[in-house]
Amino acid sequence: MTHISSIIRLEDICYAYPGSNTKVLDHLNLEIVKGNRIGMMAPNGSGKTTLLHTIMGLCKPDSGTIKIFGKTLENEKDFLPVRSKIGLLFQDSDDQLFCPTVMEDVAFGPLNLGFSRSEAIDMAKTALHGLDMQMFEQSVTHRLSGGQKKLVALAAVLAMKPEVLLLDEPTAGLDHKVKEKLIHILNNLDISYFVISHEFDFISAVTDRVYSMENGRILTDDEIHIHRHEHVHKHGKHPHIHK
Amino acid sequence: MIEEKFVSGHSLIHQLDPKIRILAASVLSVSTALCDHVSITWFYLGIAIFLIVLSQLSPVEVVKRLKPLFFFLLMIWIILPLTFEGEILYQYHLLKITGPGVILCLKITIKSIAILLIFTALIATMTVASLGNGFHRLNVPDKLVFLLLMCYRYIAVIEEEYKRLLRAAKFRGFQPGTNLHSYKTFAYLAGMLFVRASLRAERVHQAMLCRGFNRKFHTLDVYPSNRLNSIFLIGVFTASLSLVIFEIIWI
Repeated sequence: MTHISSIIRLEDICYAYPGSNTKVLDHLNLEIVKGNRIGMMAPNGSGKTTLLHTIMGLCKPDSGTIKIFGKTLENEKDFLPVRSKIGLLFQDSDDQLFCPTVMEDVAFGPLNLGFSRSEAIDMAKTALHGLDMQMFEQSVTHRLSGGQKKLVALAAVLAMKPEVLLLDEPTAGLDHKVKEKLIHILNNLDISYFVISHEFDFISAVTDRVYSMENGRILTDDEIHIHRHEHVHKHGKHPHIHK
Repeated sequence: MIEEKFVSGHSLIHQLDPKIRILAASVLSVSTALCDHVSITWFYLGIAIFLIVLSQLSPVEVVKRLKPLFFFLLMIWIILPLTFEGEILYQYHLLKITGPGVILCLKITIKSIAILLIFTALIATMTVASLGNGFHRLNVPDKLVFLLLMCYRYIAVIEEEYKRLLRAAKFRGFQPGTNLHSYKTFAYLAGMLFVRASLRAERVHQAMLCRGFNRKFHTLDVYPSNRLNSIFLIGVFTASLSLVIFEIIWI
């Protein structure tokens, strides 16, 4: 079977942390096709972040193949060119924003890709403008609020014009307003993305399908059906236990 | 948190290229440090005060910045005149205040105030980002420039982590005191901080790799060549050189 529009394809990936016998990823298969908007809801420690890091080549799998844009990637050298086309948004924005000012941070990616100074500035400005963050161009990164940092980090990823976005719990620790803004931004993006979150409302607002993970494998939406369950009961507001 | 109080300004010094300011501060401070005559050190102090005036900084704020230095100098003034060998100026029982001791104290005082003022006027008036940029253009290795910029970026994050750990300890009834339990707790805090810092360093490195980091330092700042830069640098070089020559030949 050929996958012309396949962006990311993981086949039989196994990964165990060094010194551990338990496989975090156990014969895992995943395919992200152009236009996909996939959500992932799974318990803590089920290997979600490891999965994203494996796609980026930050974790080397023990076995299995990683195909990105149809090309099998094996070593660090193979991953270098594709990293710019896959934007990974880290869980903690402080990890991602390491330059002293916002502008320098957002332009860091384009500069690494070999764009000239003025081109990089233009790309950074466009990315910040797209997220309505242009007023923070000259701000000092570590003085931004949590929500601002998250949006700047997203701008930094988008400035590299990726073809797919991987978002690792983008809403963690953010208030309702920033979440709404993120939902609006993601719904208006015309690129594919794969988003990990624990928040049902957020996932259902920005994705078309929801996957889960169990025992190191992915459960697709054919196998699971995550839904919110609302009900009425006679205990009123008193604490109670469901049996 | 590093406050960059003196950065916002529009004085002549603020308009200078960071590279020029770093060079000028280095030349001036080295020649001040090497100066051996009290009379000449006054000239350097004069230059330092002139630079402060040029940078239009608030004198009160500048003096506040010097406060830690004053404590250090106070200690020197208490110890050195009493312990230095030489001609006795004043004697009270066993305590002897010596002439060379007082001269040495005076020299240290003038020189250290002058050097600190030079750095306040020239270096504290630029952001750490500009300082990194200046170092980069002075061909300082990229690794060192990154080290400086990363320290600046993450010192606030690490401080926040330290505060969070300490708060968590305090919420569980921890009261610092001079006992083994407190020392142990602080040792755990410090250890935890190192662990967290190294984990964060790993994550930051991963984030950098994801964005195509290739060990090169890129900067967005540009400083168009300006006649003011060369005039300032020539002025500083001439002043230091003439004071050095003056000291060698005449004194």
